[in-house]
Amino acid sequence: MVNFGNILQYLAVQSSQNSLSGEEYNITKMAVTTYALPTLPYAYDALEPYISGQIMELHHSKHHQAYVTNLNKALQSHIAAVASNDIAAQIALQPIIKFNGGGHINHALFWQNLVPASAAEASPEAAPSLSAEIEKRWGSLDGFKQAFSAALLGIQGSGWGWLVKEEDAGLRIVSTKDQDPVVSGEVPIFGVDMWEHAYYLQYLNGKAAYVENVWNVINWKTAEERFMGTREDAFKALKASI
Amino acid sequence: MSSVLLRSAPALRGALRVSAAVKPAAMASTSFVRGKATLPDLSYDYGALEPHISGKIMELHHKKHHQTYVTGLNGALDTIAEAESKGDFTKAASVAPLLNFHGGGHLNHSLFWENLAPASREGGGEPAGVLKKAIDEDFGSFDAFRNQMNTSLAGIQGSGWAWLVRDKQSGTLQLVTRANQDPVTGSYVPLLGIDAWEHAYYLQYENRKAEYFEAIWNVINWKTVASRFDKA
Repeated sequence: MVNFGNILQYLAVQSSQNSLSGEEYNITKMAVTTYALPTLPYAYDALEPYISGQIMELHHSKHHQAYVTNLNKALQSHIAAVASNDIAAQIALQPIIKFNGGGHINHALFWQNLVPASAAEASPEAAPSLSAEIEKRWGSLDGFKQAFSAALLGIQGSGWGWLVKEEDAGLRIVSTKDQDPVVSGEVPIFGVDMWEHAYYLQYLNGKAAYVENVWNVINWKTAEERFMGTREDAFKALKASI
Repeated sequence: MSSVLLRSAPALRGALRVSAAVKPAAMASTSFVRGKATLPDLSYDYGALEPHISGKIMELHHKKHHQTYVTGLNGALDTIAEAESKGDFTKAASVAPLLNFHGGGHLNHSLFWENLAPASREGGGEPAGVLKKAIDEDFGSFDAFRNQMNTSLAGIQGSGWAWLVRDKQSGTLQLVTRANQDPVTGSYVPLLGIDAWEHAYYLQYENRKAEYFEAIWNVINWKTVASRFDKA
């Protein structure tokens, strides 16, 4: 099961820092973190011709923004529900926090693990250690790409495919539904968004072509850094956007 | 399994009439013949729902997306039939998610096309007669029902559908949502379905899905909904 990871963790830290007023908790004064849309590290049209500028602009400035806005709204409501001891309202907010918090986390990770095809980072050579581990696990980079692509195309409905590093199992391909975030303790190496809004304006129903083309804009340098680092490192971009 | 999925709901019979492609001759020639699912024809042109749903959306949605579900359903049924003939029930069971997804996709879209109609013909307006009375009783008013349905649609996290159903147990009308292509089953009889997958609106409405949920009421075929209600 996924948990809410550092968003709720952060919320918990915030509440313990801000709710102490004199000797007793003054929960109504609790401040909640406001999340903000992270800026893209490249221009909207920089991933063309593989992902169109129009898709990137809508995806970032509208879709991701909506997750951020709704996450902030839900967290505010959650504070109010805690303050008024309304447990029913708190529970009702959990799926909304998970969905929008997940949407924020997933997209923040996604933008960072993409890069213009012309950049040196777009080559798997930018990820020597990760590539070696991938070859060990899947036989070859092509074998891995095939397995990852099959996982992406097997998603029924909206969701994401991720390459993750697990403490015991090592590298693994996982797919998640809707905006469920990869925050169960694994390190996300890179993710590919399989919601229709990620490709439809350009590829229409031809999602196999999107899956084939997205390999041209994977940021292997970011992937290598996440592979070498911890989960906390991978969430740097998200924290920077608070 | 397949015949149950394809035949359980009376409201689906209309869709099945269109899509059943079993030839009597073929029926007679073998002891076991399974009907292949086929893509039903639309009863209106792709452009006929404009300006509310664009012709391009309708064409892709019907010819590509629905066709993929039909192909996937037949593939899943073939795999099950083959596994069954070999007594490989593990294999047969492993196809269940694909059968649900593609079978559901075929049923949902077959129902959807029929509960839409051009605004210049049966589309839009408000229900009448016993259906109107039932909606007023169970939702307060038509406007209240429409608002609730739009709230349900907007609340879907990811891909899915919202349905007006009749619950055979309670005898009342209800709103339900289903994830992805999960079909409406059990005691619920589907009366009206609205597709909330992004492919149903994105080319025209992009991220502004609330506008799509407003516009689609102009092309709801209440005649179809009323006739499903009568049979439910």
